[in-house]
Amino acid sequence: MEGLHHDTNLEPTTAIPDAKLDGKEDNIIDEQESDLIPTDKDVDFALLPVNQDLSDNDKIDLYDQMVRIRRFEERSLRAYQQGKIGGFLHLYIGQEAVAVGSVSVLGKDDHVITAYRDHGHAIAVGMNMDECMAELYGKKTGCSKGKGGSMHFFAPDKNFWGGHGIVGGQTPLGLGIAYALKNFNKQGSCLCFMGDGATNQGPFYESLNLAALWELPVIYIIENNGYSMGTAEGRHSAGDPLARRGESFDISWKVAHGHDLYEVRSVVQEAVERAHQECKPTVLEIITYRYRGHSVADPDQTYRTKEEIEEYKTNKDPLNLFKRKLIEENVLSEERALEIDKSAKDEANASAEFASESPFPDADELMDDIYWETDNPEKRSSEGRIFFEVP
Amino acid sequence: MSIISYRDALNQGLAEELQRDSNVVLMGEEVAQFKGSYKVSEGLLEKFGPSRIIDTPISEAAFSGLAVGASMMGMRPVVEFMFWSFCYVAFDQIFNNAANVRYMSGGLINVPVVFRGPANGGTNVGATHSHTPENFAANTPGMKVVCPATPADAKGLIKSSIRDNDPVCFMENTILYNLKDEVPEGEDFIIPLGKAKIVTEGNDISIIAHGKAVHTAIEVAEELSDKHNVSAEILDLRSIRPLDQEAIIASVKKTNRALLVEENKPFCGVDAQICFLIQDQAFDYLDAPIARVSAVDAPQAYSKSLESVQLPGREKVLKAALNIL
Ligand SMILES: Cc1ncc(C[n+]2csc(CCOP(=O)(O)OP(=O)(O)O)c2C)c(N)n1
Ligand SMILES: [Mg+2]
Repeated sequence: MEGLHHDTNLEPTTAIPDAKLDGKEDNIIDEQESDLIPTDKDVDFALLPVNQDLSDNDKIDLYDQMVRIRRFEERSLRAYQQGKIGGFLHLYIGQEAVAVGSVSVLGKDDHVITAYRDHGHAIAVGMNMDECMAELYGKKTGCSKGKGGSMHFFAPDKNFWGGHGIVGGQTPLGLGIAYALKNFNKQGSCLCFMGDGATNQGPFYESLNLAALWELPVIYIIENNGYSMGTAEGRHSAGDPLARRGESFDISWKVAHGHDLYEVRSVVQEAVERAHQECKPTVLEIITYRYRGHSVADPDQTYRTKEEIEEYKTNKDPLNLFKRKLIEENVLSEERALEIDKSAKDEANASAEFASESPFPDADELMDDIYWETDNPEKRSSEGRIFFEVP
Repeated sequence: MSIISYRDALNQGLAEELQRDSNVVLMGEEVAQFKGSYKVSEGLLEKFGPSRIIDTPISEAAFSGLAVGASMMGMRPVVEFMFWSFCYVAFDQIFNNAANVRYMSGGLINVPVVFRGPANGGTNVGATHSHTPENFAANTPGMKVVCPATPADAKGLIKSSIRDNDPVCFMENTILYNLKDEVPEGEDFIIPLGKAKIVTEGNDISIIAHGKAVHTAIEVAEELSDKHNVSAEILDLRSIRPLDQEAIIASVKKTNRALLVEENKPFCGVDAQICFLIQDQAFDYLDAPIARVSAVDAPQAYSKSLESVQLPGREKVLKAALNIL
C-alpha cells in the first residue's frame, strides 16, 4: 500500500466549517470524530432514514444497476480486446457504488457531470446499454452518434451533461449548471464527479471559490481511487484528506467510503439536502478503488501490487458487500442474485450485438452537429462560408 | 440614426439584448460596480441589477466554464474578458468545452455563449496584453469569430452574436472604443454574422481587412485616389468565421488585384487563409500576386517607437498597394 494514503487517513486535521459556523470551535475535535468522519465501524448506514426509506425493490434495483454497469464494462473490455473498440477505454469496475449510490438520491432538478471514466454514471442515470456500447463501437446508433466515444457520453434529457476528457475541465461546467439552476429558481443541484488527480487542476479551485462566494448548489464528488494514472495519491497530492481543500473556502466537506452503497447514499443525500435547502456547495471525497488499469492500454505493472488489488476485491468489493447485506436483510436470495447477473450479462451481450450490427456513420455526418445553424439551415441567420474543407 | 461611440454602441447592443431576453447575463471582471474596465457596461448594473450584471473574481477559467455550463442549460451568458489576451488561462473552457460539446454530444447540447473583449495591439502595453487571437479562434470548428470595425457594426454584431445559438468569440479594439459614427437606433437593428461590407467601391485593387486595419485601409484608399489616381475597393470582413467568401471573390474578380491587411500576426494568420481562397477561386482573375501586410512577426513590443513599426501603418500598406498596381 505504499504511497496509498487515501484509505488510511480520513481524519481532518483542522476545524470543519460546519462547526465553525455553529460557533462551537471549542469542541471541534470531538465533533469531528463523532460526526464528520463516517466509518463503517461507527455507523450502520443501513439504519439511516435515507436508506430505511428504500423498499426491497429499490434495493434490488440498486444492486441490479451496479451489476449491469460491471457486466457492461466487462463486455466492453472484451470488445476492445477483439479490436472492435478503439481509443481509450477507462473502466469504472470497482467504483460502481459511487455512481449508483449518488445518483439514486437525486430528484428531477438534480444534474450530473463527470470526467472520462463515465460509463457507470451514464448507466446510473438511465442511459441504456445499447446506445452506450454503440458509442464505444463508434456507431451511428451511439449516444453521440459515434462522435464522442468512451470519454464523452451525454444525455441531457436525463440531466447528464457528460463525459469530459480533460482532467478537471468539467469542474467549471458543473459550477455553471448549478449557476443556471439557481438562476432559474430551481431547487436542484449538480453533482460534479472528478478524480483524485483532478483535484490538482487550477480551475477546480477557481470553481470552489465561486461556488462558495455565489452560494451555488454544486457538489464536487472526488472519487478517490488512489491513483492519478500511475501516480499514487501520496505522490501527487500534499495535504490529506483531499476534501479538506474545500475548507479554505468555507465549504462543507466530508470523506466517505465508496464500497458501501448505503454510506454513499447518506453522504450524497446530505449534500443534496444542503444544496436544496441552503443553496450551498459541498465537497465530498469518496474513497474507492479501480480494479483495472487506468485505461485498457495501461498494463498495470508499474505502480501497485497484485496483492493490493486482490485485497480490495476480496474485502471491499461494492457489489459483493451490497449483495451480502441484502441477503442478510432477506431482501435478496443467492438465486435472485444469479438471475440478476445472468440478465445483466445477457443485456451486455445483446448490446454488443446491437453495436456490432449497427452501421458506422457516413462520411458526410462528419459535418453534422458542429453548429446549431448548419444543422438547422432553414433557420440560419448568419451568412457566409462556415466550413473550409468538407469531405 | 445617432452619432455615438463604438463603446456606447456596444453598450446599447448589450442593453437591448439584456432587455429582450431574460436568459442573457453579462459577467466578467469589473463589469458591474466599476462599470467595465473600458466602461463598455456603464449603466447596465443600475438598469438590470446584480443578478444580470455580474462582477467575477479573477478566475477566467472558472467563469468562462461556468458560462459554458450555464449556456448548456439554456442561458445566454456574455463573458467579458478585460483583454482577450487573458483568454489563454481559460483556453480549455473556450476551445475544448464551448466549441466541442455540441459535436461530442451528437448535437444534443447547444452552447449559446459569447466571449467578448478587446483584442488588439497598439496601446503600448507589451506582449502579454496585445494578443489578436482571431486566427486561432477561427481555427476551431464549432466556434464563430467576429471583429467589428465600426460603431454600427459593433452594435449590430453583438446583438446577432448574443442571439446566435453557437459560441461566438467577439473581438473588440480599445483604440476604437472612442470612435464615433452613425449607428441605427432600435431593437431591430442587427447585422448578420458572416456578411462582409464594401466600405468603398473601387475598380483597380481590393483592399481586404478586418478590425482596426479597415481604418488604415480607408486612409490608404484616399491617398491612392488623391495622389495616384487609383480606385481602391475596401472590403471589411466583419466576421472571420463564418467568412463572406463570396464578397471577397466578387471583389477580386472585379478589381483583379488583392491586398490583404490585418493586425494579426502573419504566420497562419487570418489572411493566410484568405490568400489561399483567392488563389483557389479567382486565380485566373489575378493580374498581380496577392499582397499582404500583417503585424510584424515579433511579440508585441512595448515602446511606442517599436510598436508603431509593428502594426501595419499607412505607409507600409500604401507601398504594398503600389507594388502590385
Ligand atoms: C489536462 C489533462 N492532463 C492530462 C490528461 C491525461 N490523463 C487522463 S486521466 C489522467 C489521470 C487522472 O486521474 P484521476 O483524476 O485520479 O481520475 P481517475 O482516472 O483515477 O478516474 C491523466 C493524467 C488529461 N486527460 N487531461
Ligand atoms: Mg484517480
